[in-house]
Amino acid sequence: MKEKLVLVGNGMAGVRTLEELLKTDADKYEITVFGAEPHPNYNRIMLSPVLAGEKTIDDIILNTVEWYEENNITLHSGDLVTRIDRVNQKVVTESGSEASYDRLLLATGSNPFIIPIPGADLDGVIGFRDIADVDTMLATAKDYKNAVVIGGGLLGLEAANGLMKNGMDVTVVHLLDSLMERQLDKPASALLKSSLEERGLTFLMEAQTASIEGDGRVSSVKFADGSEVEADLVVMAVGIRPNMTLAQEAGIYCDRGIVVNDTMQTYDPKVYAVGECVQHRDICYGLVAPLFDQAKVAANHLARIGSKRYEGSVMSTKLKVTGIDLFSAGEFNEEEGDEAMVLQDPASNTYKKLVIRDNRIKGAVMYGDTIDGTWYFQLMREGTDITSFRKSILFGQHDLGDAGHGDETRVAAMSDDAEICGCNGVCKGEIVDAIVKKGLFTLDDVRAHTKASSSCGSCTGLVEAVLSNTVGDGYDASPNKQPMCKCTEHSHDEVIDAIKENELKTMDAVRDLMDWKTPDGCAACRPALNYYLLARWPDEYQDDAQSRFINERAHGNIQKDGTYSVVPRMFGGLVKPDELRAIADVCDKYEVPEMKVTGGQRIDLFGVKKEDLPPMWKDLSDAGFVSGHAYGKAMRTVKTCAGNTWCRFGTQNSTGLGVKLEELTWGSWMPHKFKLAVSGCPRNCAEATIKDFGVVCVDSGYELHVGGNGGIKVRVTDLLTRVETEEEVLEYCGAFTQMYREEAHYLERTAPWVERVSLGYIKERILDDAAERKALYERFKYGQKFSQIDPWKARAEGAEAHEFNTIKIVA
Amino acid sequence: MTNWIEAVKLKDIPRLGSRVIKTDTVNIALFRTTLDEVFAIKDECPHKQGPLSQGIVHGTSVTCPLHNWKIDLASGEALGPDEGCTNTYSTKVENGMVYLTSDKMMAA
Repeated sequence: MKEKLVLVGNGMAGVRTLEELLKTDADKYEITVFGAEPHPNYNRIMLSPVLAGEKTIDDIILNTVEWYEENNITLHSGDLVTRIDRVNQKVVTESGSEASYDRLLLATGSNPFIIPIPGADLDGVIGFRDIADVDTMLATAKDYKNAVVIGGGLLGLEAANGLMKNGMDVTVVHLLDSLMERQLDKPASALLKSSLEERGLTFLMEAQTASIEGDGRVSSVKFADGSEVEADLVVMAVGIRPNMTLAQEAGIYCDRGIVVNDTMQTYDPKVYAVGECVQHRDICYGLVAPLFDQAKVAANHLARIGSKRYEGSVMSTKLKVTGIDLFSAGEFNEEEGDEAMVLQDPASNTYKKLVIRDNRIKGAVMYGDTIDGTWYFQLMREGTDITSFRKSILFGQHDLGDAGHGDETRVAAMSDDAEICGCNGVCKGEIVDAIVKKGLFTLDDVRAHTKASSSCGSCTGLVEAVLSNTVGDGYDASPNKQPMCKCTEHSHDEVIDAIKENELKTMDAVRDLMDWKTPDGCAACRPALNYYLLARWPDEYQDDAQSRFINERAHGNIQKDGTYSVVPRMFGGLVKPDELRAIADVCDKYEVPEMKVTGGQRIDLFGVKKEDLPPMWKDLSDAGFVSGHAYGKAMRTVKTCAGNTWCRFGTQNSTGLGVKLEELTWGSWMPHKFKLAVSGCPRNCAEATIKDFGVVCVDSGYELHVGGNGGIKVRVTDLLTRVETEEEVLEYCGAFTQMYREEAHYLERTAPWVERVSLGYIKERILDDAAERKALYERFKYGQKFSQIDPWKARAEGAEAHEFNTIKIVA
Repeated sequence: MTNWIEAVKLKDIPRLGSRVIKTDTVNIALFRTTLDEVFAIKDECPHKQGPLSQGIVHGTSVTCPLHNWKIDLASGEALGPDEGCTNTYSTKVENGMVYLTSDKMMAA
């Protein structure tokens, strides 16, 4: 017989835990849910837009009644649980019904804190917590004029804005001298206040409420200084208190909330708790974001997997008042020894402040322009050293070269038909729609449902901004540790380290040791594992063709019609008449429909049928060509300029050096594509400063540049060092390349890799440590012994023949 | 009565790989899983007609090489939030030989 799980509290935290549990083990429990409110689970953080008339209740329902039915969950809504009988393991409700449990999950949330002043119990004095409160506010707005909101925090301002939108005259009363003091510093707070005043809100700052007056119904609010304002409605939004009465009365240990450990278990081992009702490591969370992490952990333990711990959350905040862009995260008031970087432009009503400690972001406050909030938040959580881009960090991520979108990145101001994802043609409206209607919270969810940001990824920041704008602080920012894919909990770094430390030499060995959830992985992790193993054990690992993307399996680029393209390698971009003739002959023979000169200084032959590839390769191979690896996560080309052989400005033999570099590096597999260039002088005609490894020749030797790329997000290289001889160029190139091959994540180009690990770290290994540099170079050259076997020639001679042959049958 | 046609030897389909069967009217992708199950579906993704045979096989599904749609090999249906379906064909394996039914091939 199935065990019984009872959930008390039909809100976001509890139901999210059930969803996680169903994903992990759908059949473990017979589940019963009790909710005090007469509704299915809805998105509480969206109450503000409902109040403001921007959304309806139906828009914010997360789980419909049908969802409970489909998952065989018994739902008792509108029935308050009044007692937990821990001895007999059952709960009792107001209506007298009972349910017994093997495991109990408490998600009773929180209650608005009502200040105990005279008149707090009058009609028309409410909190802002649930659908009933919103209904009361909307009804009051129809018949009355004056509203007072006590509390100038996030919730209070959202309530005030909503009431104002419904035609009421709203006064916000705040005890302190600045609004949202827990999220904003004073300058940002002042900007917010003046902007809300322009919209029509009235503020009473440093005002202490003394009493609420009225006869049956509220009529005014009196303050300690004797002043008074008229009021037909008073909304108390001064804070929330964890709702722990039920647990307390059952004798479960509570402090300020229901105390739980890192597995979300209370002091009664059969009872778990999640959400705003809990106190974890001394913190009670009042925002929604931490609940997603808690839900995952609680579900994991309820499913008896027991492998996860909740270690607390770092939070960011956004105010959900349409048209006001505001973002805050971390420690935004600097302490002694911290540095504050501030950008303030009164003309554009923009304010940004970053608090920096040891070259790492500790906190951020932004007003007016919050597009980079998610980026700063990510840098903060990952503890990224910002030294290398410190000078421009306040100007935002696009200043580092985001394909020039510039000011077009202000999400809040965008119209619904503004295109966000250029690859898949997804507009802002579609994304918002999907987020709201389907109850999405994560970037992955949005990618799956809308395809936005799922191709080239350049709009990821925008999509995250739409997401956080739409769901406010409920946005589930990706966790610090990103698992490689859905098959595992382990990150790329953990897998790379495990392969090295434990000498894992097969994919099965990796999957066994690292608890893969799928027997043979997925289309994301298999190519990554195959690469990591190949890069680590070039002489021992048996490359697995079925774990390679089709382009690498077929050694050509698949085109939209299923044909392939063929790019022969031309070392350094040099070519001879006979070679051109051979290419022309091949094109005639196999009726190649189109030829094109590529940006990498070679020739692309399009529209080749898959079965023609091996014979075509044979002809090319006979003419002296090898594969150009234009299809692979591999070393692609070395672009060169004319150099001092011909050019009157040339300082060195750039073509000659380009050929040597290409001879050194061709054939090597990489985490992502890898391009080189050699320019013969600082005029840089070969565009070496947007390559993964670029050489700019100067009179005295060679400048070595790393970590550049064109493409999605243009990034100019960082100067690694200057050297004097070609031999040194080759050694540094080999060492840098090998370091990237061994340490970068699969599908991470050198540009983001350099930013992630920092140029300083790369210099330490390659410049400061000559022995390490030489060792890296030797490892690179050793690996090349196995990868410089031309895959085209091998296949022309019959390898992997089944890949290229089809089977004909007559039906 | 089901009409079974000899297609290919099981050993000639790589594990977690595929072979393409061409008939006069349709290309059929034959997939082999780790557990040596064999599935046959029309070699055309319901999204933009990508050749599913060229995708990466995992479990009992394949990821289309063009835009990463995941197709269930048994039902031919797109998985996850994507919606769409491609034709499936019955298969059987006997004495190391894979057989296909011809029922739907002419109609496809």
